[in-house]
Amino acid sequence: MATSHQASSIEAGRLSAAEIAENFGDLHPQYEPHEAAVAADRCYFCYDAPCMTACPTAIDIPQFIREIQAGHPESAAKTILEQNILGGMCARVCPTETLCEEACVREAAEGKPVEIGRLQRYATDKLMEKGVHPFSRAEPTGKTVAVVGAGPAGLSAAHRLAMLGHDVTVYDRKAKAGGLNEFGIAAYKSTNDFAAQEVAWLLQIGGITVEYGKSLGAELTLDALKADFDAVFLSIGLGGVNALRATGEDKGGVRDAVEFIAELRQADDLTSLPVGRNVVVIGGGMTAVDAAVQSKLLGAENVTIAYRRGRDAMGASRYEQDLAATKGVKLMFNVQPKAIHGNGSCVEIELEYTSATDGTLQGTGETVRLAADQIYKAIGQTLQDQPDGLALEGRKIKVDDAGRTSVAGVWAGGDCASGGEDLTVTAVAEGRDAAMDIHASLIG
Amino acid sequence: MADLTADFLGIKSPNPFWLASAPPTDKEYNVRRAFEAGWGGVVWKTLGSEGPPVVNVNGPRYGAIWGADRRLLGLNNIELITDRPLEVNLEEIARVKKDYPDRAIIVSLMVPCEEQAWKDILPRVEATGADGIELNFGCPHGMAERGMGSAVGQVPEYIQMVTEWCKKYYSKPVIVKLTPNITDIRFPARAAKAGGADAVSLINTINSIVSVDLDAMAPEPTIGDKGTHGGYCGPAVKPIALNMVAEIARCPQTHGLPISAIGGVTTWRDAAEFMTMGAGNVQVCTAAMTYGFNVVKEMISGLNQWMDDKGYDTLDDFVGKAVPNVTDWQYLNLNYVAKAKINQDDCIKCGRCFAACEDTSHQAIAMSDDRVFTVKDDECVACNLCVNVCPVEGCITMEQVPAGQIDERTGKVVSDDYANWTTHPNNPASTAAE
Repeated sequence: MATSHQASSIEAGRLSAAEIAENFGDLHPQYEPHEAAVAADRCYFCYDAPCMTACPTAIDIPQFIREIQAGHPESAAKTILEQNILGGMCARVCPTETLCEEACVREAAEGKPVEIGRLQRYATDKLMEKGVHPFSRAEPTGKTVAVVGAGPAGLSAAHRLAMLGHDVTVYDRKAKAGGLNEFGIAAYKSTNDFAAQEVAWLLQIGGITVEYGKSLGAELTLDALKADFDAVFLSIGLGGVNALRATGEDKGGVRDAVEFIAELRQADDLTSLPVGRNVVVIGGGMTAVDAAVQSKLLGAENVTIAYRRGRDAMGASRYEQDLAATKGVKLMFNVQPKAIHGNGSCVEIELEYTSATDGTLQGTGETVRLAADQIYKAIGQTLQDQPDGLALEGRKIKVDDAGRTSVAGVWAGGDCASGGEDLTVTAVAEGRDAAMDIHASLIG
Repeated sequence: MADLTADFLGIKSPNPFWLASAPPTDKEYNVRRAFEAGWGGVVWKTLGSEGPPVVNVNGPRYGAIWGADRRLLGLNNIELITDRPLEVNLEEIARVKKDYPDRAIIVSLMVPCEEQAWKDILPRVEATGADGIELNFGCPHGMAERGMGSAVGQVPEYIQMVTEWCKKYYSKPVIVKLTPNITDIRFPARAAKAGGADAVSLINTINSIVSVDLDAMAPEPTIGDKGTHGGYCGPAVKPIALNMVAEIARCPQTHGLPISAIGGVTTWRDAAEFMTMGAGNVQVCTAAMTYGFNVVKEMISGLNQWMDDKGYDTLDDFVGKAVPNVTDWQYLNLNYVAKAKINQDDCIKCGRCFAACEDTSHQAIAMSDDRVFTVKDDECVACNLCVNVCPVEGCITMEQVPAGQIDERTGKVVSDDYANWTTHPNNPASTAAE
């Protein structure tokens, strides 16, 4: 029996199974072949294409679109995957509106770029539907590499290393690989268990062993890994979550957004997932948008994103902001949490208006209270459980352009490492490039 | 409002848009609907001799090529002449003509190359009251294998002979439809004129194989496991037809011979272009077969709009107007100098002009690190390729270098004297200019 849509407090079943299914359907469904042909035909096959330059993995976009246009999406997929082995997921989650599609000359010309992301998805899906893995391993090198963390950076590095003939062992603290592809991002961007399917497809290359339930600082030590393997690649992500530093943060109903998203991604039945009537998400990045939109899609009545700076400073793209607004999420700017009120569980959040003077944010003293039976913290993640002895830069593991850490024989990439944005596509690029450097150092 | 009335060989029609002899004009039912949609005239699908009609294949008759959004760009067919009995067609023609006296009805004919065959059929056609006949000397498939269609159209002597028979046994206008499957269209046109033809119509379809089924390893359309060449038509053939029309219009021997132009007419503009090249009207088939009879409405409104904009009151005001400007290459002015100019405000920085010029032309476009594309006047030969490949219409233009200025490529002062190849010093056959 579904709970009433208006039920107070945190309840499951606000919406029917049918409504939930519709809400969490594919955000951008796969093209039909004819749609793909028409979309591909819009590409001008630019010289030294700006889209390609804008792609962190430097996929030859005009080439793969031309391959779609000419009716062989499988070779288009290979063009993509040669540069970005997680091209399927990146096609779904990349903020293309700030990357390739922003650079597309048709965006400049008519505000309507070639839909590169959807074309990429079309190509990679077509290949994966056939169960084809288009790469094979080189002759065994006899070298071994440990990869810690089976997220995008780790998987990318592992695949490239395996392809080059090395034997790779991937460790992950969880029981499933994929990292944020599996446990983060909004469900409507990765339907039908795509993250897991992609991992299974990626592992078809062979030469990769995955060991689950193992993490640094617990079952693993860097010293032991260094002793047991010829090289180590760290892609441990950002395991910690920043604190709000507002009074009442420990009350019931206050949670980390990443935890909620992970729970949602792993839920077998979304109608059983409880959600508040009034949800407030603190933060301004993609995690905030994913948490807010999905709360709304689960049936929350009022969902507000409260961000301490102005719209322009928001980490989530304008496209994502508009997506949230379209789904009925209210965006509040220049407000920061001051206190969370309630007896045991949160009932209200008190937000203080802010203003920035010379870039410094200050509270104005004026406050507003919003009803809140659920509050999600999405104010950034931090490095956690990093091994001693690694130099840091800012709050991340310091690496050079090739992904080398301060410790010989240890490379790092993805969100845990310095340099680049915290994006799936950036992590894939860093994993790939570190793998090439590891290969050079092992073989050279 | 412009007057679109066409008078072709004394045959009046409310507009110059006729349906060509083809499946759309195969029977009374279609032709009545075409006239209701607004077509000015029809050329009734080709009739053959009395007796058992031809049979068509029972598999696909058409093949096509398309643009990305399935826009049909070219169509080919292996259909034959009418496969309905002669008497039925003649009765229908008479009935329709009686009901639509203001529309043109021309009867297309193809009978064996024997005088008796023509002598037999022509009085029966005349009795229908149709306005004229068109001799199908163009069909390139099937009928040609039986000594008709393009088999006649490829032999000027046969064209002249059959035309003479038709003029002898038929009192109304005789239009000779020409095949493009020859090397020089002027020869059959001259033969038609010599035979007394009142007009020529062209082009009929072009021999073609549109595609190959790479699984069946056979040409398409495939009948069972075999295919054959067909006749190509539609937008793709328009440039070929335009040239052939122009060749006849400007040839001194055929200049003034009325022309009914056929070949990829899809919108008013195509029609206007053919008519400025000397055609008195146009015939349409593929556009109707692709979109239905209603396409004529845009042709009518578009031609009207353009004529009003240009101040043309009647078709005669512009028919043939471009013909004097068609010339041979050797008479083009070699002192005319132009340079490409890229409008930076319109440029979207795709770099196609650069790729085309750098890889395949004259290396006359520079590309800066921040993707600004500029023309190198000292290299540009004004070939126009950059204009053609630029996706933004009007972004790259060809600007004439005024007389008196230096052409940076040659270092010479641009002259406003007209000078062509016939007098050029590099031409071994040139006549001394002084």
